[in-house]
Amino acid sequence: MSGQYMLRVVNLSKFFGYGFLGRIKFPAVDNVSFDMEYKPKIFTVAGESGCGKSTLARMVLGILEPSEGTVVYKGKNIYSLKSKERRWFHREVQAIFQDPYDTFNPLRKVDAYLYETAKNILGLKNSKDMKEAVDIVLRKVGLSLEEVRGKYPSEFSGGQLQRVSIARALIPGPKLIVADEPVSMIDASMRMNILNMFKELKEGEEISFIYITHDLATAYYISDEIAIMYRGVIVEMGPADEVLLKRYHPYTKALIEALPEPSRRDDWLTKRVKPPGMEVKEFIMPGCKYADICPYREGICEKRPPMFNISNVKVSCWLYK
Amino acid sequence: MEPSLIAENLKAGYRLSTMELQKEVEIYVDAVSGVSLTLGRDEIFGIAGESGCGKSTLIKVIYGYHEPSLILRDGSVRLYGRKGEEFDIVKLDRGRLQRDVWWKHISYIPQSSMNILNPTMRIRDHFAEILKIHRGVEKDEAYREAGKYLESMGLPIDALSAFPHQLSGGMRQRVVIALALLLEPSLVLADEPSSALDVINQKVVLTLLREKQEELKNTVVIVSHDMGVHGVLSDRMAIMYAGKIVEVCDTTEIFWKPLHPYTKALIESLPRLGDKSKRIGLGGTPPDLRNPPPGCRFHPRCPYVMPVCSKADPPLCEVRSGHYAACWLYSETVEAI
Repeated sequence: MSGQYMLRVVNLSKFFGYGFLGRIKFPAVDNVSFDMEYKPKIFTVAGESGCGKSTLARMVLGILEPSEGTVVYKGKNIYSLKSKERRWFHREVQAIFQDPYDTFNPLRKVDAYLYETAKNILGLKNSKDMKEAVDIVLRKVGLSLEEVRGKYPSEFSGGQLQRVSIARALIPGPKLIVADEPVSMIDASMRMNILNMFKELKEGEEISFIYITHDLATAYYISDEIAIMYRGVIVEMGPADEVLLKRYHPYTKALIEALPEPSRRDDWLTKRVKPPGMEVKEFIMPGCKYADICPYREGICEKRPPMFNISNVKVSCWLYK
Repeated sequence: MEPSLIAENLKAGYRLSTMELQKEVEIYVDAVSGVSLTLGRDEIFGIAGESGCGKSTLIKVIYGYHEPSLILRDGSVRLYGRKGEEFDIVKLDRGRLQRDVWWKHISYIPQSSMNILNPTMRIRDHFAEILKIHRGVEKDEAYREAGKYLESMGLPIDALSAFPHQLSGGMRQRVVIALALLLEPSLVLADEPSSALDVINQKVVLTLLREKQEELKNTVVIVSHDMGVHGVLSDRMAIMYAGKIVEVCDTTEIFWKPLHPYTKALIESLPRLGDKSKRIGLGGTPPDLRNPPPGCRFHPRCPYVMPVCSKADPPLCEVRSGHYAACWLYSETVEAI
């Protein structure tokens, strides 16, 4: 249809106002660009709370309009879709959110949602077809209509309910799923089952994922590519193995050294880290936003570093000029 | 091991009433079901388990902070102060606990504690209040002391005159920890002290807790669902499942030689950087504690389930020296010894 990319995020920014009458502009996402090919992939956006990853996800989903830049899906600018195209876009791109108990109305049976999606999006009319369609997607996530029928959200565990919300997202036959912290509320013993399911859906159903997370260990486990965000900016981006194991950017290095890793116990407890500075100040800094804490800071860091290429990785740091 | 706390056979849960078929029905959620625990002086003790396993309820009971709907049905908690004072937490009334025990001998950092600071009080007044009530220190003197103290915790001196909302989450959490350690208690209970924080702030907070523990040589209990946190921080730990302790051991041994099938599954499902081998989680879901399964509470999900498991509850036995597990798989070896 339109070249080699399914999704292109081009110079995307979102400003929120703050201060008196919101006159000071605060860039929650600051000039972010990345591409996703047609080949199914899991692309992770990782960063700490407040780095702008959820704002980015909402813009990619078309829920939030950017202040600058654009998102192009299969050759079409998603913010200027006509109503028919918009319905097509919402079939192709689906979302999964953090808290499954928030996704469903607690007073409504969960199967009602599934039927409704089947009816509205697939245009199914008779109840036998709807049941069949719902059963197929539930089986893809390791459940069945039998287990779900007639139950309220409170009757499921978090892990089960998250599976139901994945099943709901699968009904329209999406090509891209944006999952915002989908496992951070799920207990450890069931977390991996959900992530394994993403991998299976990628391979079996050829669905691409944008996985938004703060958890680098799970990111390493499932992602093909990863972008690390800090204060609204992508500081490093490339194949997950290389980004997380080579750690070119000083921030990536600091993040990974701070991960509690039982096999590095003695080392972890003796090595000190510098706590991050005041958020707002860093967000509005004109140069590199990590410069205040960075141990390698130099004069040039007052200018915004462009993306430098080191083998397959793009790094936004003057160390690699 | 000189103990700082001995808890025996604690049974606690939540009594709630709900409407069912327009009739009021009383239900009981069996959150802590016969837990015994001995903590040594000078150690960090971790309690791990999934949400709803009773770990927070357990430390509330140890602190003596039970209000309806949480009720304590049985058991005893004895706390030993740093100079050998002994307190029977269960028998003391609330007034006595507030006056003589809390803050001085035992302190409690509740979940999401970075939001417990009074938003209308400056940070220094939080410190002054405790110093005045428990030590009779006057205001100016208290401010000076608080300043020195905060600096020793690596917090900027400006934080003293700030209001809580002016500090970041990580700084607020460090202030709360500073308050809990102010009177140098014998036992500090910390419920998920770092789970609301980013990894870098988490590391700052946890290393601070470790440093202070080494300095005071007291006991710190860390409750966390994150096995990684226990792996780097706690000396010994307990794994809880559905209201019971299923395994207690040195932390390093838990990671390298886990005994209980639940612990094994927890550790095997931990993803690690640099290791892409397939991780398999547990099937099934934790039991409903309103109506827990008979026998071992893990048996419906256990890959090694045997006939005995659904009939009788396995006791917590010392399988190896200092390594306790509650599982029928190991009970024969115990009987043979």
